[in-house]
Amino acid sequence: MIPAPFEYHRPASLAEATGLLAELGEDAHVLAGGHSLIPMMKLRLAAPEHLIDLQDIAELKGIARTDGEGGGEIVIGAMTTQHELIASDELARAVPLIREAALQIADPQVRYLGTIGGNVANGDPGNDMPGLMQCLDAAFELDGPNGRRRVAAREFYRSAYVTAREDGEILSRIRIPLPAPGHGFAYEKLKRKIGDYATAAAAVLLTVSGGRCGSASVALTNLADTPVFAADAGAALAGSDLGAAAVDAAVAAALAAIDPAADNRGPVAFKQHVAGVMLRRAIARATERATERAAEQTV
Amino acid sequence: MNDQTPTATERAEKLQGLGCARKRVEDARFTQGKGNYVDDIKMPGMLFGDFVRSPYAHARVISVDKEAALALPGVVAVLTAADLEPLNLHWMPTLAGDKQMVLAVGKVLFQGQEVAFVVAEDRYIAADAVELVEVEYEELPVVVDPFKALDPDAPVLREDIADQKEGAHGPRRHPNHIFTWEQGDEAATNAVLAGADVVAEAMIQYHRCHPCPLETCGCVASMDKINGKLTVWGTFQAPHAVRTIASLISGIAEHNIRIVSPDIGGGFGNKVGVYPGYICSIVASIVTGVPVKWVEDRIENLTATAFARDYWMQGKIAATRDGKITALWCHTTADHGGFDACADPTKFPAGFMNICTGSYDIPVAWLSVDGVYTNKAPGGVAYRCSFRVTEASYFIERMIDILAIKLDMDPVELRLKNFIRADQFPYHSALGWEYDSGDYHTAMEKVLKAVDYDGLRREQAERLAAFKRGETRKLMGIGVSHFTEIVGAGPVKNCDILGLGMFDSCAIRIHPTGSVTARLGTISQGQGHATTFAQILASEIGIPADSITVEEGDTDTAPYGLGTYGSRSTPVAGAAAAMAGRKIRAKAQMIAAWMLEVHDDDLEWDVDRFAVKGAPERFKTMTEIAFAAYNQAVPGLEPGLEAVSYYDPPNMTYPFGAYVSVLDIDVDTGEVEIRRFYALDDCGTRINPMIIEGQVHGGLTEAVAIVLGQEIAYDEDGNVTTGTLMDFFLPTAVEAPHYETDHTTTPSPHHPIGAKGVGESPNVGGVSCLSNAVNDAFRAFGHVHAQMPHDHWRIWKIAEGLGLHG
Ligand SMILES: Cc1cc2nc3c(=O)[nH]c(=O)nc-3n(C[C@H](O)[C@H](O)[C@H](O)COP(=O)(O)OP(=O)(O)OC[C@H]3O[C@@H](n4cnc5c(N)ncnc54)[C@H](O)[C@@H]3O)c2cc1C
Repeated sequence: MIPAPFEYHRPASLAEATGLLAELGEDAHVLAGGHSLIPMMKLRLAAPEHLIDLQDIAELKGIARTDGEGGGEIVIGAMTTQHELIASDELARAVPLIREAALQIADPQVRYLGTIGGNVANGDPGNDMPGLMQCLDAAFELDGPNGRRRVAAREFYRSAYVTAREDGEILSRIRIPLPAPGHGFAYEKLKRKIGDYATAAAAVLLTVSGGRCGSASVALTNLADTPVFAADAGAALAGSDLGAAAVDAAVAAALAAIDPAADNRGPVAFKQHVAGVMLRRAIARATERATERAAEQTV
Repeated sequence: MNDQTPTATERAEKLQGLGCARKRVEDARFTQGKGNYVDDIKMPGMLFGDFVRSPYAHARVISVDKEAALALPGVVAVLTAADLEPLNLHWMPTLAGDKQMVLAVGKVLFQGQEVAFVVAEDRYIAADAVELVEVEYEELPVVVDPFKALDPDAPVLREDIADQKEGAHGPRRHPNHIFTWEQGDEAATNAVLAGADVVAEAMIQYHRCHPCPLETCGCVASMDKINGKLTVWGTFQAPHAVRTIASLISGIAEHNIRIVSPDIGGGFGNKVGVYPGYICSIVASIVTGVPVKWVEDRIENLTATAFARDYWMQGKIAATRDGKITALWCHTTADHGGFDACADPTKFPAGFMNICTGSYDIPVAWLSVDGVYTNKAPGGVAYRCSFRVTEASYFIERMIDILAIKLDMDPVELRLKNFIRADQFPYHSALGWEYDSGDYHTAMEKVLKAVDYDGLRREQAERLAAFKRGETRKLMGIGVSHFTEIVGAGPVKNCDILGLGMFDSCAIRIHPTGSVTARLGTISQGQGHATTFAQILASEIGIPADSITVEEGDTDTAPYGLGTYGSRSTPVAGAAAAMAGRKIRAKAQMIAAWMLEVHDDDLEWDVDRFAVKGAPERFKTMTEIAFAAYNQAVPGLEPGLEAVSYYDPPNMTYPFGAYVSVLDIDVDTGEVEIRRFYALDDCGTRINPMIIEGQVHGGLTEAVAIVLGQEIAYDEDGNVTTGTLMDFFLPTAVEAPHYETDHTTTPSPHHPIGAKGVGESPNVGGVSCLSNAVNDAFRAFGHVHAQMPHDHWRIWKIAEGLGLHG
């Protein structure tokens, strides 16, 4: 439970951090909240020779909302903690799905330190934020030796712990397009106890008007070696009346997209089953909320 | 002139003696983070030890190359079995009459087994050096299934004793067989089974668990080469026994060994045994001449120190058609891992498993237990239960429910019909015990009334109908259990550990100003002994509990005792405290008589004083008597006021309880919500109701953990798959349900204050109660029994098997 030796660096700016990363090469890891990386180091499954701690970089913090012409967006600094996500009323108004999901991550102690950037950059299929970001169609900004680029969350994940991020890059910001006003949302997660990763989880975002679903997006957590954005499941809901047939079709599409592995949480058949259960519940709750919120707006 | 106020009642209240919900005196330091645990001990020049452990469950150790590790600056030594062999310390005796490798001798038998011990200047260097020790292994076929271990062609695990036909507990019939233990009347039991109206049969598995105390095991060993004295501070539930064992195996004279248990962060049986870390630290300190600390981490604790349970209990229970039980039969296969390191009294290789007739009047019974070696960690400790009592209780309480299904009867009705009646005590069980006292019907009926059992069954029927109509996906389960524990080991005539009789002790010293230091042979690990033993004494000697300091755990000062586990502290050491208190009182009476110039017999005890019979205004308080003991020359009496008692209990005590739980099961996810948990405990005389309640809450929470998911699981290669708290289920406040507690009081007739012990009852009763509830939820669909743990996917599997997923 004691990590291998490492050098510790604490840059004060993003430029300094990317410079260090370039200089130290692949033996360096950035350290955010440390709640994924440090356990791995204690088990000596990770043994970086250099740790570049991002906590002093002010420009990586904060939550900002812009309401632009073609629809606004929320921009979240990578070093914003999960606790700060939960505490932000601004965020809760604009993208309530994030608070709902963040409250289901780990426990308060972990959330005081764990960051959104670390959670999405980590590439662990057990992390909840990646699926969420895919559901929300977020984009990640990566800063590296060649400047800044943007990668869609839906394009980011390759396999367990392998992402589109290059070794020299730091994930600096997360940009989330503002969901339509009055949208319905839900994050349903089955876990064994507080502080546990998902056995299966489903994120759903949808709009309802006149009894029909406008747009819908569905993503699932810990049911493959990456988060699963189930485009076909969303498509099965969009334009439907959200009735039993549409929901069955969405669930079938989502189950076709996942590839869970057996572990202590249970065998594959169980995971398939509860993936469907979580998704059904998420669709039902998102629909209910969208319908309620649509009714509120017409009053 | 002495006046008569305050009244006797007021004076008694001031003592905070028996029955008082006195606040725990320990908590002032614990709640402020001021406890002193073994890892808090820091000594000048202290070195740190760390283990190289086997990644394999079964392998030959071809070579151990220390060179790279020794070359790392700050590394002082790397010990292997070859270094221990000249001292004859490469093997150590276990508490069960077997022996265990201290460091791998030619082979390893479980994943996590200790192979080499690195000693370095700090724990970081030690951890780095562990990585540098190169061990070459040759993998051997692995045995994780205790039944397959006895196959004729199974790999031989313990080559060191392969040809030994006789073990510590009788004949061995296979190289992987440890013992067979038989109790009861086999022929008579089989005869009843053959002719019975109804026989219910089942295989009841109690899975491998782990006590998982929050503080892991560890020690600091310090050999003082000047005075030749070895001091070891450590997480020891039985410090005196550790001293004797350390002396026997090291050859150091016992008076030159001091064992100290500082504050202990939970034991639950995990800290009873002797671990290689202790031996290696002692050797390392002797070799280096400086103190050596070893503290294991969580993974080491879960994978290499003593597990609990792992019993496969095949059962048959016979009854008449109207539900009178006529016989019980049980064959247990006990998975002991690579070494038999069970912590049981010597004559009981399967502990008190023969309490498995439980709370029922069963005329004839038969029990046999086969102990088996597998490629798993050794242990088999009493995890918050007396020796194997939770296994026994789980077995009988499941068998009763299974029989109830077969008889188409309500499980409560079946229990009430077969309980031992209050007028049958002392009761002689078919498997050889003499139950001291009990009133099971009263306890059960009190609980049924409190929870409105009939109402619960009606609600369950309504819920079931709603489920069948498709209105809900939740099923309601009601669990009932009635346990009888057997604690307070134990009478020296049949209870010993490595030849040490299981008495316990208390030494009391009354100081001149009337305050008291009392020392006992036990050691608290969270039970609150400093609070409760002071209360026993307060009532016995009339001095306020606040003026009594209780000390335990230092073998240089405490009287010899066998320590704390198996709910033995109150039944044995608590009794010693009362008896020592009575000796104090006897001498105090003589002093008071001399002071009051009357005959001893003219005095009577009155709460906190001796008063002249018929003249209550003439008295001497204990404070006055204490002072007199030090400043008066009382003819015929030695000065001072001290007493020691070594208490050998005449019998065990038999606490019992009736529990009911109500839970809702989501058949789609396997989630369980415990809606209600009602626990009535009868632990005899109640010393401190608040502490009892705390103990019950703790024990029930551990029961919740065990039933709903806590497991040490192995894959087929013998890898532990639940080695961290991510996968080993330790419930938090969020998972712990609300508990309702209740009690009846049936004192033990043979204990000086009638107390029976309570710390472990809730775990014993809680496990069967909750497992019964889970199984009960599915009874309406023809379900009979599913093995624990009842975690999400396994419950889902029950529902799947019953076709409840459409
Ligand atoms: C007990 C426990 C329970 C948990 N349960 C959950 C759970 O239920 N759901 C869940 O989602 N998570 C869970 N976590 C993980 C937790 O949310 C982590 O905090 C999170 O996954 C990582 O965030 P971090 O800030 O701690 O990242 P770190 O651990 O510091 O870093 C994680 C990885 O990402 C890299 N990294 C971090 N930041 C950046 C960046 N800005 N740019 C590039 N690379 C970066 C690091 O180099 C490292 O490889 C749990 C953790 C614990 C200890």
